This record gives sequence, structure tokens and C-alpha cells, in this order.
Amino acid sequence: MNTKIITLNKLPVNKTGFIYNIKCSENVKRRLLDLGIVKNTCIKAILKSPSGGLKAFEIRGSLIAIRDEDSSLIQIYTK
Amino acid sequence: MGLTKSSMGNVLLNDDIKYYKNENGFTVALAGNPNVGKSTIFNSLTGLHQHTGNWPGKTVSNATGHCNYKDKDFLLVDIPGTYSILSDSQEEEIARDYICFGNPDATIVVVDATCLERNLNLVFQIMEITDNIIVCVNLLDEAKKKHIKINLKLLSDLLGVPVVGTIARKKKSLNNLLDTIYKVCNKDIIPSPKKIHYLPIIENKIELLNSKLKEFFDLSPVLYRWISLKLLDNEQSIIKSIENNLNINISNNVSINDLRIEIEKDLSNIGITKSNFKDTITSSIMQKAEKICNKVCTFENANYSSRDRKIDKILTSKTFGIPIMILFLGIIFWITIVGANYPSQMLFSFFGFIQEQLISFANYINCPVWLSDMLILGVFRTLTWIISVMLPPMAIFFPLFTFLEDLGYLPRIAFNMDGFFKKCCCSGKQMITMCMGFGCNAAGVTGCRIISFPRERLMAILTNSFVPCNGRFPFLITIATIFIASSIQGFAGSIVSTIAVMFVILLGIFMTLVISKILSKTILKGLPSSFVLELPPYRKPQFGKILVRSIFDRTLFVLGRAICVAAPAGLVIWIFANVGINGESLLNIIANFLNPFANLMGLDGYILTAFIFGIPANEIVLPIILMCYLGNGSLVNLDDTFAIGNILIQNGWTILTAINVMIFTCLHFPCTTTLLTIKKETGKWKWTILSFVIPTICGIILCMFTTLVYNIFVTI
Ligand SMILES: Nc1nc2c(ncn2[C@@H]2O[C@H](COP(=O)(O)OP(=O)(O)O)[C@@H](O)[C@H]2O)c(=O)[nH]1
Repeated sequence: MNTKIITLNKLPVNKTGFIYNIKCSENVKRRLLDLGIVKNTCIKAILKSPSGGLKAFEIRGSLIAIRDEDSSLIQIYTK
Repeated sequence: MGLTKSSMGNVLLNDDIKYYKNENGFTVALAGNPNVGKSTIFNSLTGLHQHTGNWPGKTVSNATGHCNYKDKDFLLVDIPGTYSILSDSQEEEIARDYICFGNPDATIVVVDATCLERNLNLVFQIMEITDNIIVCVNLLDEAKKKHIKINLKLLSDLLGVPVVGTIARKKKSLNNLLDTIYKVCNKDIIPSPKKIHYLPIIENKIELLNSKLKEFFDLSPVLYRWISLKLLDNEQSIIKSIENNLNINISNNVSINDLRIEIEKDLSNIGITKSNFKDTITSSIMQKAEKICNKVCTFENANYSSRDRKIDKILTSKTFGIPIMILFLGIIFWITIVGANYPSQMLFSFFGFIQEQLISFANYINCPVWLSDMLILGVFRTLTWIISVMLPPMAIFFPLFTFLEDLGYLPRIAFNMDGFFKKCCCSGKQMITMCMGFGCNAAGVTGCRIISFPRERLMAILTNSFVPCNGRFPFLITIATIFIASSIQGFAGSIVSTIAVMFVILLGIFMTLVISKILSKTILKGLPSSFVLELPPYRKPQFGKILVRSIFDRTLFVLGRAICVAAPAGLVIWIFANVGINGESLLNIIANFLNPFANLMGLDGYILTAFIFGIPANEIVLPIILMCYLGNGSLVNLDDTFAIGNILIQNGWTILTAINVMIFTCLHFPCTTTLLTIKKETGKWKWTILSFVIPTICGIILCMFTTLVYNIFVTI
């Protein structure tokens, strides 16, 4: 198996990854945890905002928009 | 547009919600993630009209209502929708404190059948603070559409609490829920939640703390575990609130503190530190949730959300996303302009006819002229003008806008625009509050609670009045129709007025961004913070409901409020226009005083006076202007908007006046209701005053600028 660790903002649209590590500030991290974003959660990039700077991801059946500033602090691994 | 009596009126304060307790029956709390249909269930059970809509965060205030079932009375308490109850945000604190300390007889946790896994997170968290839980799996119809099947019986077994399936939009499906509520409250069913087992080492430490707590405090059994967990997590703010509510003192208890510190060391030795404790807890919960979902859900179609995704790809696409957004807005305004024209004329003629009858009647009963003039030309005329100008556009705009709201488009607007807002150091959610501002700025200001960072929330509050509320855009439409589109007939004319109105609104949005940027560099310094927003699935709007709701809850409510202000204002203006010193009316004196300044802005003194008198409600600005021009009782019957146009032109209005009035309508001080709401939301006069000054200065400067440019052009 060929796993690669990248940050979430680098995940191309329509590709899937799994959460490895969340390095965001306490506040943001908590909010992500509330949405069920924990280690090994499957996450798929779905949409890019036309004004740039954020993407929407599919997580546990719902669509969540996260800014690049935050997603660049989330590490994911892809298979 | 959270614009109903309940959202404007009796908003409960955070503190008093705790004491909501039904003396003659049972109290039931309604909890759940945002946007799962909580308010729909609440409305359906209580017959009230809490605001519903398809975007997360709209239930920003708590509501209570009664419902009867069998022989019992139930008090339903709708608590704010939250993803979790672990954080210290305001809504979560309210939700947590109520469930924990309000002692409801039952807590219903509404969950979304289409995304059960995440919703179970909240269910398990609530299990830590109460046993009397009913899980209500809502949106079963959507799940069915997406080919998701849920075994409710098995779910109930696995959770240890009663589980009811509902489709909140169908009232019938709620009977089962009522029955279960009844049984749980009556103790016919006693839920015994199967709580999460965290890692053995954590469970072990919880036990240790539990026994220590039991030595010192005598509490209800479920609370020991909860407090122990919070002690392990070292959640100061939650512990504070526990202490306040139960009137106990944990943090200063040396023995407990020593144990806590010792445990903390033990845990950090095996790698569980303060910073990853929450991860560990949430991971355990999510693992369990995954397991349960694997057992109870069957997905028959792996690509169940493909239709939504396709729509999203178009609505948020790089090339079309923003143009489509503007187009939607444009279409809404166009329909409003075209549709409102004819009914407006009818209302004008109808009221004109009534006015004549009233005057003849007054003459007939020998009513003194000053009195009949005051009542008919002052009060009655102002009132009916407001109704004629405002009612038709509102009755058309509100349903259309509610349609977009129900569809789930608002969060997409926020998503599309967030990049711009980020550059101005504020939140894309501000766009949602601005959309609410189209309905009513006061509602928009309250809606700013969805923005969780105080700095960004303040920016959104201060700039909310840059979007014209529905008290102002009928005015915009009228002016645009008269001055900008009057020379063009028919279809093209309506398009031109739409573009004019759109232009003013885009100007408002642009100014919002500029001012936000300036604020973020000056008094509200800071960097853009995080932005996490759920984009809910598209839902088919309920047309019947939309119509009824927007007409009765919104249109009539807003109109009612305008009328309440208009009647006395009409009276005051009439008096100002007819009472005077040395033969010059008070109104003239004020207008003449303001005139030089107003001229600099390309307006005249009367217009400025009208805006000032219009502070209680922006709706009355145009009637006041007309009243000023027609001031001394000269009787004019207004048949339609073009008659208004003639009066304005006779009084020296040019295209420049029209443009500047439109700009100033968009950019000036908010109405008193909005100002009071700002005071309530921010708690400080400073912000209230700023929110008055900022748009006014912008408006003045911009008007002066256009006047200057216009004059240069004219002289060339
Ligand atoms: N199809 C369907 N839509 C629902 C159901 N329950 C609620 N909705 C819709 O879901 C949206 C959100 O509902 P609302 O009650 O405002 O959610 P709340 O945030 O939990 O209070 C609204 O557009 C409702 O009309 C349901 O059972 N089926």
C-alpha cells in the first residue's frame, strides 16, 4: 500500500483521503470534532468556491465548507 | 429572514430559559443538530410559527409552546440547534444548561436520517447529562429518496432509548412521537441509555473521580460521571457553570483537585494530554456511531447525493457561480417590480376613492376643516400610501425569497462569496445575515449570532443596514420606475428598473466589503479567522406553506409595524406642515435650514427632513416627502406611481436627485428597531452609535461625490 501524507487543502476535487492529524487551534479543532472529523475519518473534496480560498468536503454524509487556512493545518493520508 | 412575531418579540434571555418548567404538566426539551427539522416539529406540535428554513443556525432564540395529548399538557422548549454540547459557545451553553439543569421530563434529540452517524455524536453527548432521552429520526422521506433504510427497532436496542421515526412535514407521522413523549413522561417507558465506554484507562479514572465526588457532594446520579469527565477535560467554563447552577464548589476542593492533577499526570504518561483528550473522547463516540450505523443503516445506492452534487457544481462553479447568484436576485426583483405595479395602482385608486368619500362625509357632518384635514390628509393618507406602495412588493418578494431560503441556497451564497469576505477579514456567513437584512435589518442583526467570532459578528452587525430592507426597497423600486425607466415602455422598462435597483444593492454589498475591510484595519483589528459551514442538502420547498407563512408571518407583521408608526407620524408631519411661526410652517423652517447641506448632496431640504422623520420606520420616508410637497392641504389624488412622479418632478427632482435618493436610501442610519436590536445584541452604546454614524457618513460622501461628478458633466 502506498500511503502519502498531505494537507487537506491540497486534496484535489473528487479525491478521497483520511484524516491523520488536526493541528488547528483549539477552537477550530473543537468545531471540527463536533462535526465528527476525527482521526481516520474519510473525507472527500467536492466543491471549490468561485471566490477562492475555501473548499467544501463531504464528511460523514454531509457537506462542510472549510477555509484553506484551516484545512492547511489538517493532515490527511491518501491510499 | 427570521422575521416572525416570535423572533422579533419575546426572545428569551439566556438566563431565564433554565426556569422554564411546566407547573401543570410535563416539560419537554427539543434538541438536535442545526437544520434537522426541529422547528418544523415544534411548530407542528404546538401550532406556533417559529421560523424554519433550510440553513444551519436559524434557530437563534429559544421558543416555548404548549401542546396537549390525551389528558396531559406538555410544555415544549425549543433549544438552539447545535452540533455538540461540549464547547463554550453561547448556544451550546444554553442547550447544555437547559437539558442538564432545567430538568425537563424528557429530552427529544432530533436526528437527520440521511446523516445519522454524525448526529449520533450529539445523542451520545446528551446521554452523558440526562437519561430521559427520546431519539427522533426525522427526514425519513429524504432518506427514502436517497435509498437509505434505517432499522429503527435495532437502533433503539443499541442505544437503549426509545426511537421514533418521523417526517416532520407530515403531521400524521408525529403521533407516534407524541405517544412516546407521553409514555416517557409518565414513566411507562424508562429509557436506559447505553452510554459510551471510553478507553478503559479513562473509564477507570472516571470511576476514581466519581467516588471522590460522591464523598463531598450529593447530586443526581447522572451528574457525577458528567462532572468527572469535565474535570478530566479540565473544562473550566463548564465546571464554573456547573458550580453556579448547583451551588457547589468543586474547583476549590483540595482533595478533588489533587486527585485531578494526579490523574492528569497518569494520563499524560500514556500519551493522553490536555490537547488530545477531546480527540480521544470524540474518537470513541464516533467509532461507536460508525458501528451502530453499519448495523442499522442500509445504503442501497452508494451515490445517493449525486443529484445535489450536480446542482452544486453548477451553482458554485467558477464561471457561473456568482453570475447565477446575481441573476437569481435580479429575477426576484424583476418579478417583484412587474408584479407589484398593477396591484399598487389599484390600491391607489381604491384608497383615493375612499378618501374622497371620507372628505364628503366630514363635510356632511360639519366636522371642522382642521380636524378633518388632520385626520384624512394627515393620518389616513399617509397610512394608505404606505399600504399601496409597500404591500404589493412585499407580498411578492417575501414568498420568492422564502423559496430560495427553503431550497437551501443561502449557505451556497455564503460559500460563493466567502473568498471576498475573507480578503476583508470577515466571515462569509455575513452574507447570510445580509440576506436576512433584505427582510428586515433588525432580523439580520439578530441573525449575526450565527457568526461565532465576536469581532466578525460585530462587523456584520455594524454593516447590516447597508442592504436595503423591505421597508426601503419598495421605495427604491418606485423611484427607479419613475425616473430611470419612465421613458422606456413595457418589458424593457421593467428590466431597466431592475438593473437600477440591483445596482444599488450591489453597491450596498460592495460598501459592506469596503467598510468591513476598513474596520478590520482600524477599530476591529484582526485577521480572518476560521470558517466552517455546513451546506445542507437541497430540499423541495413547500409552496403552500411558503405562501401562508410569508404573507401572514412576515408581510402582515412588517406592514402592521409600519402602520403603527405611520399613523402617528402622519399626524406629526401634518402638524409640522400646517403649524408655523409667522406664516411659515415648521416643516419649511426645518427644510430650509437643512437645504444648503442637502443641496451639496444633490437632495433638497425636504428629502433630508423626511429621512430624519423616517427614523422610526424607513417605510414612511416617501409619504413624508410627498406630504411635504403637498404640504398645505392642496388636494391631490394619486392614481399611480406616475402621479407621484409628476409631483416629484414639479418639485425639482432630476435624475441626479433620484440617483442620490436611491443611494441615500441604501446608505443611511438604520431605523430605531434596528438600532435597539444592535444595542441589545452588542450591549454597548458605542457600537450602536457607530452603526448609526458609519452608513450615514458613507451615504453623505457618496451623494456628494455623485453630485460633484454630475455638475462637472453638466458644466462641460
Ligand atoms: N423533506 C422533509 N423536509 C423536512 C422535514 N423536516 C423538516 N424539513 C425541512 O427542513 C428544513 C429545516 O427545518 P427546520 O425545522 O427549520 O430545522 P431546524 O434548524 O432543526 O429548526 C426546512 O426547510 C423544513 O421544511 C422532513 O421530515 N422531510
